[in-house]
Amino acid sequence: MTRAATLCALLLLAAAPALAVIETYEFSDPQLEARYQSLSEELRCPKCQNQNIADSNAPIAQDLRRQLHRQLEEGASDEEVLDYMVARYGEFVRYRPRFGGAALALWLAPAALLLVGVVVLVSTVRRRAAGQPQQLSAQEREEVERLLRDGEEP
Amino acid sequence: MASRLKLFLPLFLFALLALFLFRGLSLDPKEMPSALIDRPLPAFSLPRLDGEGEVTQSDVVGQVSLLNVWATWCVSCRVEHPYLQQLADAGVPIIGLNYKDEDAAALDWLGELGDPYRVNIADRQGSLGLDLGVYGAPETYLLDAQGVIRYRHVGVVDERVWQGVLQPLYRELLAAGGAP
Repeated sequence: MTRAATLCALLLLAAAPALAVIETYEFSDPQLEARYQSLSEELRCPKCQNQNIADSNAPIAQDLRRQLHRQLEEGASDEEVLDYMVARYGEFVRYRPRFGGAALALWLAPAALLLVGVVVLVSTVRRRAAGQPQQLSAQEREEVERLLRDGEEP
Repeated sequence: MASRLKLFLPLFLFALLALFLFRGLSLDPKEMPSALIDRPLPAFSLPRLDGEGEVTQSDVVGQVSLLNVWATWCVSCRVEHPYLQQLADAGVPIIGLNYKDEDAAALDWLGELGDPYRVNIADRQGSLGLDLGVYGAPETYLLDAQGVIRYRHVGVVDERVWQGVLQPLYRELLAAGGAP
């Protein structure tokens, strides 16, 4: 039993590299590597649309990773890299689109919805607070008493 | 009266949502407009596939033409090949961009299936492909006489695509100037 468990654990450990992307790049500076990681997670693979290029094994994602590595080693800023990618693949390649244009709706929708929620909440609370039990007028009281006494029929 | 109308609010919202979702059914999420529409063909200098020197953007620009991205590893390219041949026979200039392929395999393919291309650019590393924003072959770009990209079609060019989309644009560009 313990043997089987050990074997299982070992096999699981051996499988871990399968989760990693195939190729690895050497970086001259660990900071570049960190930027490579964050950019490759932010860039979206144009071919396999719901993956970033860090996760995708599509040939185009490999090309983009190679390009990203080269640009970073050449000293490009994050902004330059993103501009380069957007110029070729459109705003589509960014998982965090720029503020403006068609993406404006995406950026503003959460705030707008929150605002609507607050308005609804405030108005509901106010109405509840204002809705104190009202006093019946003399005429209404008479009507109620008559209904209680005689039933529905007039 | 106003509160009566308010009762219908969920229905309105539902109808609006249903409208959006229904519209979404007929949209193809893979259909992305190229980022290079109305921009000139990127500059390049790459070997010709037939080995006869280099080819640059100025060599392929000058008339309204199609730029077809293809490769021997691309199954759909084989599907569209006979139709490209038909277009070429009808006089449509087609420039080939042999994308991340092996020259020998590509030359074999052209020898075997016919060569609809005016010239073939050998983009072995996919560098021009990257500048064009190619994300998978086949892709077909429509260039005007000044070498400006006017349209991109991703996927197989067949009779339906040509007659429905590419030909009207092609004719429009021809009429605007630029002999075939």
